[in-house]
Amino acid sequence: MKISVIITLKKDVLDPQGKVIHQALDGMGFGNVNEVRQGKYFEINIKESDPKKAKDKVEEMCKKLLANLVIENYKIIDAQ
Amino acid sequence: MKSSVITFPGSNCDRDMDVALKKFGFKNKMVWHNDAELPKSDLVVLPGGFSYGDYLRCGSMASKSKIMKSVINFAKSGGKVMGICNGFQILVETGLVPGVLLRNKYLEFICKNVFIKIKNKKNIFFKNIDRDVLELHIAHNEGNYFCTNDQLKEIEYNDQVAINYCNKDGKIEEKFNPNGSIKNIAGIFNKEKNILGMMPHPERMIDPSLSGEDGSLFFNNLINNLK
Repeated sequence: MKISVIITLKKDVLDPQGKVIHQALDGMGFGNVNEVRQGKYFEINIKESDPKKAKDKVEEMCKKLLANLVIENYKIIDAQ
Repeated sequence: MKSSVITFPGSNCDRDMDVALKKFGFKNKMVWHNDAELPKSDLVVLPGGFSYGDYLRCGSMASKSKIMKSVINFAKSGGKVMGICNGFQILVETGLVPGVLLRNKYLEFICKNVFIKIKNKKNIFFKNIDRDVLELHIAHNEGNYFCTNDQLKEIEYNDQVAINYCNKDGKIEEKFNPNGSIKNIAGIFNKEKNILGMMPHPERMIDPSLSGEDGSLFFNNLINNLK
């Protein structure tokens, strides 16, 4: 089963890379951007056919390794 | 005094640390990240570098490596552990010290000498040191110390700030903050003060002909405190 995870920086954490990307977009003429926040995306192929069990495992992975919960949030977006 | 320096794939200050520790009297052993057992040590050092190529987040992969189980047990039972630069990043990823190290505020790799002020001397690392301000070297891309407001309150309440970035007179101001760290924090302890994580490299300041000697002061003092 394939599960996707998105990791994003929490709201209060400064994201200088996102800021620079925003400035670049501005310079390219995309003047209507309010903010850019950069994150990470994972595709995990897990040996588990029960979606609930697979999601629970991936959630554990997020908490223990994929995300640092001091600064990041994780979101499991789909299981297929 | 026995010390151990852990080498991870991508560590690059491990040898410098070995040279520094030996110069000041430690019997040092290099320990490979894939070993399970830590040799008998009075001090364990996690050195600087780019462990595991800084994949995922700096220090995150190293914090899960085999030897770290023994290091964490050692630290939790009161063993003295010091993480320098990437070693500090590894320590925060293990949760042994609070907070995280983010990308530097202005997105640049910083490599220069800085002054740091010793904030807390009631610990094995800085006790008896006869100066308040040291000149040390920093070289990092992710040294921007960050923690939540609740963590910051706890850190300050428990006197866990070890050192702050300052000027040569010990003034701690934003303009002397090289990387955007909260409150100019350059190093912190765990609550019990047996674990120290810091961005500056004392091992780079031990040779009067190459650098300053403020690192010598640090190591000399450390080995005397441990005796």
